[in-house]
Amino acid sequence: MKLVTAIVKPFKIDEVKDALKDVGVQGMTVTESRGFGRQRGHTEVYRGAEYQIDFVPKVRLEVLVDESLVDRVVQVVMDTARTGTIGDGKIWVTPVEGVYRIRTGEAGAEAI
Amino acid sequence: MAIGRRVGVVATLTVALVGLSALPALAAQETTVDSGDTAWILASAALVMFMTPGLAFFYAGLVRQKNVLGTIMHSFMALGIVSVLWVAIGHTLAFGPDIGKVIGEGGWIGGLDFIGFKDVADAPSALAATIPHTAFGVYQMMFAVITPALIAGAYAERIKFSAYLAFTTIWVVVVYAPVAHWVWGGGFLNAIDGLGALDFAGGTVVHQNAGAAALVFAVVLGRRRGWPQDSSIIPHNVPFVVLGASILWFGWFGFNGGSALASGGLAALAFTNTHVATAAAVFGWVIPEWMQHRKPTTVGAATGAVAGLVAITPAAGFVRPWSGIIIGFAAGFLCYFAVNLKRRFNYDDALDVVGVHYVGGLVGALLTGVFATTQTAIAGQTGLVYGGGFKLLGQQAAASGITTVWSIVLTLIILKVIDWTIGLRVSEEDEITGLDLSQHGEAGYALIGG
Repeated sequence: MKLVTAIVKPFKIDEVKDALKDVGVQGMTVTESRGFGRQRGHTEVYRGAEYQIDFVPKVRLEVLVDESLVDRVVQVVMDTARTGTIGDGKIWVTPVEGVYRIRTGEAGAEAI
Repeated sequence: MAIGRRVGVVATLTVALVGLSALPALAAQETTVDSGDTAWILASAALVMFMTPGLAFFYAGLVRQKNVLGTIMHSFMALGIVSVLWVAIGHTLAFGPDIGKVIGEGGWIGGLDFIGFKDVADAPSALAATIPHTAFGVYQMMFAVITPALIAGAYAERIKFSAYLAFTTIWVVVVYAPVAHWVWGGGFLNAIDGLGALDFAGGTVVHQNAGAAALVFAVVLGRRRGWPQDSSIIPHNVPFVVLGASILWFGWFGFNGGSALASGGLAALAFTNTHVATAAAVFGWVIPEWMQHRKPTTVGAATGAVAGLVAITPAAGFVRPWSGIIIGFAAGFLCYFAVNLKRRFNYDDALDVVGVHYVGGLVGALLTGVFATTQTAIAGQTGLVYGGGFKLLGQQAAASGITTVWSIVLTLIILKVIDWTIGLRVSEEDEITGLDLSQHGEAGYALIGG
């Protein structure tokens, strides 16, 4: 069992969600977040003063995936979230020790 | 504890004073009271009242989320405190029969004849012949409410709530009421038999007065933690800023229009000037902003509008609409640059009370000296462009100077006394936590799970 976490540009999340459904992903969690990598922030102007805002709005996507599907999921996210411009985001994969469905108590692969 | 007891005693005495001074109403004298005038003044009083919550949102949107409620309280509580204070002592000091002679026939204060609204009833006051004195009193009350609330922009995000209450109470009585008397109550700055300054609705009495006090407050209180380097000190809710500015614009029709103290051509002129000056002021701000930063901002448009509203305030009944447009544009333009003075001189006037209200009020007062014409109001004078020379302009400058010095000196004294007794500023920890939680035990928004 793996957790695939992706940070993507907010306007891309719907596309990514639809593409993941097409490869059989049945659930995910999405969070609004802010961040930066090597992308510089932006400037906002309030009453004549400029403010350098480092954090850029992003969306964090988390999907629990069976090991056999990880490469496919990573590829799908990479392809749909990419725009080619700076700030596209990152994906990382972490191992998961246990997964449980709260309603039924199922564990492991049945809980995804 | 001792301070709380003292405050309680003062509050009780004030309420008792108000209660004891209720007199049987005088028999209605309808001979000079005009129902049209009265209706307009009462409607205007309601419009000006609405400006205070409008100001609350204008300011609240400009601060960080953790201070949104504290900032709103600085306006909202003024409605509570100053309304009662005005009945008790404010109205009489400002509009009681003039005492003394300082310049011309104009004296220095209104005395105590109307303490607790004694004799403020159906019969008109000497200052507004066609409306009941009650209407005049409640209309003036709304001006007294919003003036100290304006100063909140200078102490936003770091004032102790108790200090705010003490300051607001004392300032209205000691700084606002006297200046109102000098300009409007027959005192020594008045247009008819005093210095001859023209201030239709409060460019000097309200805006320069509050603006000067704000400058002192910002300097005495000190800069916010992290200002100006911290780039997270930015507006948290720009829609609120626009909502607030819009309510101010709407209410200002009563602020200026009602200052005609009658319904008719003068009110219509003041109303119109208010609107067109503000419209022009939006561009006065947005154009240089667009040129300097390559983007016109919403905060800029809203702020430009407020600058125009401020500047047209002294002029509204004394100038023709074409002049109103020029005054508005000039205010938007000059205030855009004025708000940067705080960075140049390193004082944290958080919400630009000095840059918008002081500078806007001063620009408006001086331009009244340029564009005033006797074609409009009875108490009008002739400004520079109509061949009046520099006489009126000089009177405007003098009144501005006197008011500014009075406001600065007395505000400084008040602040030092408060700081010495209960302290002005929140602790650093409370400032980091935010006023909402530290002063009021509340959070402005329960967005997650609310």
